[in-house]
Amino acid sequence: MKTFKGRVVVPGTCTAEALVSKGGFNTLASYQMGMMFGDKKMKCGDQNNADIYKLPMIGKALCLPMTIGSTTGGMVLFTVCSMGKQPACMLFSKPIDPLAASGAILGGVWTDAEMPVVDSLGDEFLEYVNTGAKITVKADGVVEVE
Amino acid sequence: MKLTPEQQAMLNGEKGETMAKVVKTLVMYGETFGAERMLPITSKYGHTVISFGLKVMRPVYDLYQEIIDAGLVSDQKFTADPKPLDKKVPSNLIEDLVFKKIMYTEQKKYEKQLVELGITSEDDYTCTCYLDQVGNKPKKGDVLSWAESSAVVYANSVLGARCNRNSGMIELMGSIAGFVPEFGLLLDENRKATWVVEVKCTKKPEAQLLGSAIGMKVMEEVPYVKGLDQWLGTELNDECCTYLKDFGAATASNGAVGLYHIENLTPEAAEQGESLIAEGAQVYVIDDAELERVKANYPVIWKDPDAEPELCFVGCPHMTLQQLIDWTENVGKELEKNGLKKVSVPTVFTASTPVIKEFEKTPYAKKLKAEGIILSYICPLMYMNNPLCKKKAVITSSNKLRTYTSARYYTEADILSTITSKKEGKK
Repeated sequence: MKTFKGRVVVPGTCTAEALVSKGGFNTLASYQMGMMFGDKKMKCGDQNNADIYKLPMIGKALCLPMTIGSTTGGMVLFTVCSMGKQPACMLFSKPIDPLAASGAILGGVWTDAEMPVVDSLGDEFLEYVNTGAKITVKADGVVEVE
Repeated sequence: MKLTPEQQAMLNGEKGETMAKVVKTLVMYGETFGAERMLPITSKYGHTVISFGLKVMRPVYDLYQEIIDAGLVSDQKFTADPKPLDKKVPSNLIEDLVFKKIMYTEQKKYEKQLVELGITSEDDYTCTCYLDQVGNKPKKGDVLSWAESSAVVYANSVLGARCNRNSGMIELMGSIAGFVPEFGLLLDENRKATWVVEVKCTKKPEAQLLGSAIGMKVMEEVPYVKGLDQWLGTELNDECCTYLKDFGAATASNGAVGLYHIENLTPEAAEQGESLIAEGAQVYVIDDAELERVKANYPVIWKDPDAEPELCFVGCPHMTLQQLIDWTENVGKELEKNGLKKVSVPTVFTASTPVIKEFEKTPYAKKLKAEGIILSYICPLMYMNNPLCKKKAVITSSNKLRTYTSARYYTEADILSTITSKKEGKK
């Protein structure tokens, strides 16, 4: 087990299985089809993201460097939270980008969804963690990877 | 973050619970990026990226209804991105069914909400809100609460206004509260260039291709571009602003650029020169070979990569009046040369309604119609935002449309040649 310390963006704790996107996570491309067709597992629809394409995202500890793509990204994340189909948490290796921050904050303020968000976990975090690993997020921004 | 007494009162709920949540959203957004205070919005108008009533986005419209029901409206009127539907644009029966019965079922309801919240006019659905005909043109130094990546990068770079690359919904919250957190591109120190781009091409580079190359290289950082003034000159005239509109849209969508400086041309570069370049800035040299390399690496995700183009979009971002005139003339000349009367590929030019209205006053409108080209206010990106379009061989001169959809990028010259050539088997 290894621990990493990041900054808490949206507070909370959780334990979940890791889903790792080594490259930028395109929020719109990842969620578009799943939302459109009511996919219960919310499988990733971004064909440009080989790491997580077609893998279920709901309830996972989504590990990523940053989000990329359309400025609708924040509202997409908010919508996913409103539908209760959000990841268990979002763990960023880099400082969070404004689009992801908007979505996470909108979800936190305007919905009942719980989705802790931690950023600045460092490049080593993303190099170490693999899809399927057990992740525990503590209230102070400590992330345990088993 | 230090709030003024009035802002603090809003956060404490003195203007109602919903306004308190709006302000809390902005405070959390600002604190995430180290903002120490809120800045009043100084632009006359806002701009929202959300112009579509998608069924799956119902929670967004429910939230907006909560805002409307609380008696809140935008503190400033605003323009919005282009609409996703226009019956003039070709679609088959299945597409019509998918668009109207499955995807955009909330469109009418949402447009009504925008009226209640404060959209400037029924005509003002466009990504090029800053064009004179539309009139949402901020002044240098204005603080904005906008979203729409191509409009934000234009406002920052060409107009010298100040705006972050906000997400949809956040921009409206800023417009409702009347202030935005001070961070990112609102601060002088973050407007310095961390990349120097040296353009060493043998001819004027295609705006959308150059923007794409720079966007993919610098991502969210600020580039200072040298060497472009030999073609663009040193005055921000119409032709030059049109080039920068298309260039900027590509930097913002192929990367995440929110501000660029063009040496001797854009306001901050003209005033401050190389003092805008941050210490230790990286260098990126672009020549003809580099542009070819970038273009050759675009993936072709058509089902049949050798398919004949079925549809062509020009105008993402929306075209200017002069672009419409130039394209009409150029298409006319090529058609005549090739012995054709109408374009050989169904083609849609897109522009804002105010620009279309101006264009329709010119003799070129009749000519464009005779050439068989459809002129629409639609957002091509939203039009293509469905699984059915993936099966269509769509071509475009827009690098933004290429990035977000299955459309294939052609240079403007290739588009012109393709849509004005006889198709194989046609006499």
